Amino acid sequence: MSQTNPSNTMHIIVTDQNGTEHTLDALEGWRVMEIIKDYGLPIKAECGGSCCCATCHIYVSEEWQEKLFAPRDDEIDMLDEAPDLEDNSRLSCQLIMSETLDGLRVTLSESAAP
Amino acid sequence: MNQNKYKTDVIIIGAGPVGLFAVFELGLLDMKTHLVDILDKPGGQCAELYPEKPIYDIPAYPIISGQELTDRLMEQITPFEPTFHLQQMAEKLEKLENGNWQLTTDDKIVIEAPVIVIAAGGGSFVPKKPRIANLEDYEGTSVFYAVKKREDFRGKNILIAGGGDSALDWALNLQPLANSLALVHRRHEYRAAPDSVHKMRALVAEGKMKDYVGDIKELHGSNGQLEAVTLQKRGEESYMLACDTVLAFYGLTMKLGPLANFGLNLHENLIPVDTEKFETSEQGIFAIGDINTYPGKLKLILSGFHESALMAQQAFRYVYPDKKLRFQYTTSSTALQTKLGVKEESKGNLNEN
Repeated sequence: MSQTNPSNTMHIIVTDQNGTEHTLDALEGWRVMEIIKDYGLPIKAECGGSCCCATCHIYVSEEWQEKLFAPRDDEIDMLDEAPDLEDNSRLSCQLIMSETLDGLRVTLSESAAP
Repeated sequence: MNQNKYKTDVIIIGAGPVGLFAVFELGLLDMKTHLVDILDKPGGQCAELYPEKPIYDIPAYPIISGQELTDRLMEQITPFEPTFHLQQMAEKLEKLENGNWQLTTDDKIVIEAPVIVIAAGGGSFVPKKPRIANLEDYEGTSVFYAVKKREDFRGKNILIAGGGDSALDWALNLQPLANSLALVHRRHEYRAAPDSVHKMRALVAEGKMKDYVGDIKELHGSNGQLEAVTLQKRGEESYMLACDTVLAFYGLTMKLGPLANFGLNLHENLIPVDTEKFETSEQGIFAIGDINTYPGKLKLILSGFHESALMAQQAFRYVYPDKKLRFQYTTSSTALQTKLGVKEESKGNLNEN
């Protein structure tokens, strides 16, 4: 199911744990985690965005990886606690929405499900 | 009488910031409290998930860390002498014939009270588990997420998984009594305290400890007795390592747990309450803080503090059905100041109930 999206707003494309794709409106400055949570998709994000729990773990599509800021040390440390880690793993609370990320494609990890 | 049996005015499930402040509000109204929490310390998420992270929206504290907030609350509730039952989960809640509630923990402590306050946040903290197919076959016999008795690990061939302080603290602690001890972590860098990492590297250099980079992929053995594991570093060949015990430290996560069976009409794992008393569908059971839901709810610590104060007003009516409740301010009431220990008890106090 893809939601319609007015062309003048930014959006991100999120594939949930069942493989369903969702197109979400995204606001500048919001954390990707907050956008996903705001839409009610299955993301636990237990610590509320302070990079303390690894329960907002997502996979970033290959074509988007180089457009992201590299993870800080505390994000790399916290990713240790994600049981289903891959090379394209990130914590979505550490990705801040900006024009560069308009159209970002991510997939929710199993371990992020509430 | 069983020495694990207690009777009190109010049982608070959850010793996070909101549960702790509830002790204060209930204490001002002369109600004694017992708290139950799964963690080994008070503070809940504030102490466990982000003790060092700053919080910016606590009234009158432009900045305060999770641990400092916990410490301040503990100081604030000291006059009310709450009883803590830590490292145990509230497991069963029953209504007694006398109208009181009886709570049993998984450590078999039984507490009776007319009022229950659920301040359990997102639920109980439980260990995060690795994704291994036959993990359950070995849990409790060969695979553990905590050390309860150090002696149980004497002479074992232990593999410790994880890269944080728990993993390294226990590696250093158990190494002298283990037959062999190895660490496995997904990368070479450890996020534990530098001193622990230094000690670990020294033991590895002396050949007294091994460290592997990778993840546990498979468990091998029979009847719950582990004999070996398969380890693999990403993008490399997997290999077997002989060991009889695995200790996994991948951090904690929150699960609602037995609270789900308390019969409180849960809505998406939250407990619906009214916004006057923060009482649940069961008379005498209240829910405050992140665990409750009502129109307009905001999951903020300060909302939980407000909810504590209103809850205490109604709790008083259940604990002291024959007494009249008079609202008083701590700034002006000598009675309240005496309870807080900031005023000498005076005879014939006009403000006394």
